Amino acid sequence: MKKNIEFVAANGLLDRRSFLKGGAITFGSGSLGLLTASPSSATDWPNWMTKPGTGLSEYSHRSSYESHILRKTAPLLGTDGSGSSRTPIQYLQGTITPNNLHFERHHSGIPEIDPEQHKLLIHGLVKKPLIFDMEQLHRYPMISKIQFLECSGNSRPNLSKIPPKGSCGDIHGMIACSEWTGIPLNILLDEAGLEKDAKWVLAEGADAASLTRSVPLEKAMDDAILALYQNGEKIYPANGYPIRLFLPGYEGNISVKWLRQLKVTQKPMMTREETSKYTDLMPNGKSLMFTFKMGIKSVITSPSPSLKLGPLGYYEISGIAWSSNGKVKSVEVSADGGSSWAEAELSEPILSKSLTRFRIPWKRDGSPSIIMSRAIDENGEVQPSRNQLISEKGSQVSYHNNSIQAWYISSDGEVENVYV
Amino acid sequence: MFTSKKLLLLFSLTFSCSIITALAQSPNLGIVANEELIKNWNTSIGTEGEELPPGFGNATNGRSIYNLQCIACHGQGGEGLLNDKLAGGHGSLTTNQAVKTIGSYWPYATTIFDYIRRAMPYLSPKSLSDEEVYSLTAYMLYINNIISEDMIIDANTLPKIEMPNKGNFIISYPNN
Ligand code: HEC
Repeated sequence: MKKNIEFVAANGLLDRRSFLKGGAITFGSGSLGLLTASPSSATDWPNWMTKPGTGLSEYSHRSSYESHILRKTAPLLGTDGSGSSRTPIQYLQGTITPNNLHFERHHSGIPEIDPEQHKLLIHGLVKKPLIFDMEQLHRYPMISKIQFLECSGNSRPNLSKIPPKGSCGDIHGMIACSEWTGIPLNILLDEAGLEKDAKWVLAEGADAASLTRSVPLEKAMDDAILALYQNGEKIYPANGYPIRLFLPGYEGNISVKWLRQLKVTQKPMMTREETSKYTDLMPNGKSLMFTFKMGIKSVITSPSPSLKLGPLGYYEISGIAWSSNGKVKSVEVSADGGSSWAEAELSEPILSKSLTRFRIPWKRDGSPSIIMSRAIDENGEVQPSRNQLISEKGSQVSYHNNSIQAWYISSDGEVENVYV
Repeated sequence: MFTSKKLLLLFSLTFSCSIITALAQSPNLGIVANEELIKNWNTSIGTEGEELPPGFGNATNGRSIYNLQCIACHGQGGEGLLNDKLAGGHGSLTTNQAVKTIGSYWPYATTIFDYIRRAMPYLSPKSLSDEEVYSLTAYMLYINNIISEDMIIDANTLPKIEMPNKGNFIISYPNN
């Protein structure tokens, strides 16, 4: 069955259901780019089909043909382990970030923690201060949640005056999504018994920086998880082995890794990470503190810079969207720099505070295009443009950049970061 | 030493019905932490400084320690080198070249003590004595023109220091 293509916005955006509806699409004279291939003769089997492959193994590795897909590391000067590494999101599909490619942000490297020696202390404004070893913690009831984790400083490069070069991952790769399994924190806080004036919980990690953040008690009692597993495996050292605090929707820094103590307090402790860093300086010189939520955001991961496009014709524009407020409701895509928009298809499952994959078919006809995505969440919050964000927050804000990304695609298929 | 079982038993016998609801949903495996352990782990310093340890220091001593242990990464007098600038930047926050330092930005003096004690010097954190941390804290305040060189910094004086930028912080939570 053949049918005519339905363009839904300028520069070749197609109805999101064009393919889902079934049937082939014709583009005028040409097809979708099928080439006639000569049938292979019986004698030219590829060599992997003519002898048994490698043996069973106790731990798998990806194809050696994919080994170039790596994080981009950016340590602070003079250190190996303070700074970040970014997930190459331009090469990933779906919504789950492989554990080995989950972005990192450490303040003093990754500690190598012996789980037999690791303990978690809960104290402060509680009726009974409690200490747990890992064996005890593993006996608690657990829940699993597929949720995103984003560094507060993700997409900071796009706040600079000139659009930075680099891949989508170099700019936006401090976003990841995993299935986190662990103990609802409220069980343990209830067990310790909260005092009346308890309002905040100081979380401290067992890394060399002993990183601390103050968490609102309300959040700790609501949906906080003491995560022990990440995508089914024990949480990786780079993500907080053997235990990480996980606060859905909140800036990554507060999901304290290598968690060793929780101190219930009346007031926030005003640690270095919530004063000197992770505060939002406004144009009037005031700074907002405890701006935890990451907001509504999306980015097109493909096409994107460093992935040069091939021949003209059909492509799928694909990306990720997420919201700290709940579920993503819709994602709109433009191919003409924001003049016309078409709705993208959202792949199930669409989960709260999680990554949602969006896709839309596109016929590239070779005219220069600017592709952008704009997400809207179930609360009606709309992802802002870069201009909007900067006019509200100024040029000195360096966290929480959830603004719209625009990619310019030249007629020969080069993709470049642009501000519109 | 108590075994976990003994403690658990002791604990179930001594605690009353007021925590029944918690018991119902928790396997209740936590061991009551002893005071000694809590004391050793409870090193975070809040803004009122009640947790500050005994001891004291001043900027003169702080300078000598700084020049040995910190200068390689943070530069002469905190001017910044490989790593963060620790002094200066006053009046820069409303420009389009904000320089955030202890003096221009940090709202609480207690944070300086807390952070240096837990995280610095970068390659050997937790190696400084409390007296050394007090002295370094004093030196940080001194190079930012917040205190005089001979002022004694201790559990009593540190929390009382008004940081220049304190009034410019707004707590967003729960509004975000
Ligand atoms: C080997 C290099 C190195 C040395 C030596 C060093 N630091 Fe640091 N310092 C760092 C790094 C790196 C950071 C940032 C860490 C991070 O990523 O959170 C830092 C951060 C700081 C900060 C926080 C700055 C801010 O604006 O938030 C202070 C204060 C500080 N150091 C004080 C000291 C003091 C005092 C000493 C000496 C006792 C010292 N440092 C020695 C590397 C060093």
